[in-house]
Amino acid sequence: MTLINTKHNRRSFLKASALAGGGMMLGFSWLTSCKPTPEQLKAMPEEWFDINAFLKIGDNGIVTIMSPNPEIGQNVKTSMPMIVAEELDVEWKDVVVEQAGLDTKNYRRQLAGGSQSIRQGWQSLRMAGATARRMLMEAAAKQWNVPVGELKTAKGIISHSSGKEIGYGAIASAAASVEIPEKVELKGPKDFKIIGQPTKNVDGPKIIKGEPLFGIDYKKEGMLTAMMVHAPAFGMKIKSVDDSAAKAMPGITDVFTITTLPEGVEKQWSDVNAFTELVVVVGKNTWQVMKAKKALNIEWERDGKGESTEDYTKALVDLIENGKPGNNGRVDGDPEKAFSKAAKIIEQTYSAPFLAHNTMEPMNFFANVTADKAELTGPIQTPEYLRKTVSAVLGMPEDNVSIMMTRMGGGFGRRLYGNFGVEAAVISQKVKAPIKLIYTREDDMTQGTYRPAYEMKYRAALDENNELIGFHVRGAGIHGSSVFANRFPAGTVDNYLADSFSLDSSISTGAWRAPRSNFTGFAEQAFLDEVAEAAGKDPIDFRLSLFDKAIQNPVGEKNDYDPERYAGVLKLVKEKSNWGQEIPGVSRGVSAYYCHNSYVAQVIDVIMQDGEPRIKKVWCAIDCGIVINPEGAINQIEGGIIDGIGHAMYSAMTFDKGTPDQSNFNQYRLIRHREAPLEIETFFVQNGIDPTGLGEPSLPPVAAALANALYAATGERVTKQPFKAHFNNKATAL
Amino acid sequence: MALYTININNKEHQVDVDPDTPLLWVLRDHVELVGTKFGCGIGQCGACTIHFDGVATRSCLLPVSAVGDTKITTIEGLSENGDHPVQKSWIKFDVPQCGYCQAGQMMNAASLLKQNPSPSDEDIENAMNGNICRCGTYVRIKAAIKDAAQQA
Repeated sequence: MTLINTKHNRRSFLKASALAGGGMMLGFSWLTSCKPTPEQLKAMPEEWFDINAFLKIGDNGIVTIMSPNPEIGQNVKTSMPMIVAEELDVEWKDVVVEQAGLDTKNYRRQLAGGSQSIRQGWQSLRMAGATARRMLMEAAAKQWNVPVGELKTAKGIISHSSGKEIGYGAIASAAASVEIPEKVELKGPKDFKIIGQPTKNVDGPKIIKGEPLFGIDYKKEGMLTAMMVHAPAFGMKIKSVDDSAAKAMPGITDVFTITTLPEGVEKQWSDVNAFTELVVVVGKNTWQVMKAKKALNIEWERDGKGESTEDYTKALVDLIENGKPGNNGRVDGDPEKAFSKAAKIIEQTYSAPFLAHNTMEPMNFFANVTADKAELTGPIQTPEYLRKTVSAVLGMPEDNVSIMMTRMGGGFGRRLYGNFGVEAAVISQKVKAPIKLIYTREDDMTQGTYRPAYEMKYRAALDENNELIGFHVRGAGIHGSSVFANRFPAGTVDNYLADSFSLDSSISTGAWRAPRSNFTGFAEQAFLDEVAEAAGKDPIDFRLSLFDKAIQNPVGEKNDYDPERYAGVLKLVKEKSNWGQEIPGVSRGVSAYYCHNSYVAQVIDVIMQDGEPRIKKVWCAIDCGIVINPEGAINQIEGGIIDGIGHAMYSAMTFDKGTPDQSNFNQYRLIRHREAPLEIETFFVQNGIDPTGLGEPSLPPVAAALANALYAATGERVTKQPFKAHFNNKATAL
Repeated sequence: MALYTININNKEHQVDVDPDTPLLWVLRDHVELVGTKFGCGIGQCGACTIHFDGVATRSCLLPVSAVGDTKITTIEGLSENGDHPVQKSWIKFDVPQCGYCQAGQMMNAASLLKQNPSPSDEDIENAMNGNICRCGTYVRIKAAIKDAAQQA
């Protein structure tokens, strides 16, 4: 049990709550906005009592817990309320979960990104539950005239040694007026009853029945449908628009041009969109608007660079080969000397293409802008930043802009950049009506905010005893390289050098699941496999010996990983996969990576069928501290693995003079059922450490485990993504 | 615009739409059934899968004028209470992550099981290959389909 300070009296608690996340309930009910079923209505309490911003308790004991963070499929709508319910000491079956709207006064960091929802919310969610529990107990103690210390709670019931009992629902009204306690007790992990239990997705029953949950499903009386046309190429703008045919089409109410980020508007970090000048078609229904879009006759002209894939690839290669060291570097020891006296030098270059996010739900947003307020509803990972930009663009105070988050049909980083929300607001203001903006798949895929293209070159120096004495990484990327100078193997090699280079481009880029790591995890771990082989060592033992060095005698002071936890996951996956066993026809590869404060090691078993790889099994060990919901956690890990394998194998965005070559799933390959691993098994390190990231860390290492297994199977190193091209070329050669 | 009477989930609906309107947009815009999802518009992702006379069909490519009196079933009509074996297995295996593609996955799975009550792993992979799940729930989908096959 831990005693934590709630910041004393009510006043300072509330003041602190803006930072730490307490405060009063927000007056919103998701159930009422979604037409509750008769059963739901029957279960609704007569009266609700708001205990704090995170929860309210009905007079019938039903507890409603607010899920403050956006839900993009990472399952925080289940796992965050589980943490509150744990400390409140109620049964999970008595809990209803609601999605909170954007409310910066009561919640902090209402953002889905960087795998940080649970990590950053952990203490404040626990405190919200524990504080409410304490207030309920104090109200009962007062009513029974007994010391609060003599009371116990379990399953939403307060009991006294005398045999008296009262349910939370019956005491909630009295508890709502109790002074906020100065200190509250938190449970110890051994007392957890909800945390650590496999728990089903709270929205599961609605998802399987196809109920409206997503932004694209949102409807409001009198709402019109809007679609936009952006330039067909990066570095192009509108020259002229002939909308006469489109305007004359049935159901079309308006066609016009908008500028979404006019000169002088202060940009947020999330405003990275390349296309701010758009032709908009508004009409009564989606199909009519889609047809009218095709009837537009727009002339475009160039106003910036229009790069082709071969142009930027050549420029990136030139940077890693000839560029003068960038500003992201780190030097330990004397790398040049180490390489000059090396017995063996291993060198390899890795590359990866641009990738689109391709959330299954295309970008969309609802907006209803009137003279004095703007109501926005839709799928957004960063509602706070969207509100800032909408406020600036509409010229309306932030207090008059409300944003409600819907469930999102995937995020992967794309919905960190809310240009579609800004566009919806501008369109609604212009047509003076509620509108829902929808992107087609083509609009979505060609719109930018891509994972940048990367090149990375590694060199390693081994001495005559096959000890690693020098390591050199040079990385280049569009709008920034993917090098993390202070991550492994920094700290394990006496002579180490990291250089970074950045290439400017008119193609817009953004965070894509596990930014930078999604490529570095592959390049670094594929390279280490080559180094281990050159050193004549087992790839796991080779890595473990490096971690030993980082544990006992680390090089430098800025190493941003814990070598013991890193080694821990490798040892776990080694044991669970029975590493070293030989199975005829099965080839193995291993990889380990650290990001988002979590450690992951994976082993992949590959079989070759007709010259094509099939993944038989993925073994995954992860150290992400306390696991809130193992069911959801395993699903996330499996998803990250399949996502990582899929993009490494099949996916690429390429360009011809700024025009994307891919615009839909007939040209852009995503992994499909037949290509998924046959089995994935996940093992958690049990260490009781506070929870860390889970939505991203399983992705970065997996492409390397696959590449290393492919090497074991074929004797050839795949260094360029997507790997499929390697097998295609083979097929052609045959 | 033209008037069409279509049978969706055993209920007649009259809609006044352009003849080339894909059934997907009739469902989403005119009949208030939004469980069927828009993903690609070109029949490549399977998010819009419905049953056309019991057979899994891409509603984004099916013009309303071609529906006639053929019975349409959407995810909302797969079962009365969300208790079709496929739906029950989807909950049992906690399949969805974001959940957006799952209606299409379930409609395709239900159609597969109707035609092939005990599919092999390969049968499942082949039948489901046209349904993309961007979150990567493929392993769970396969497990849920095998489980549903046992139930039926």
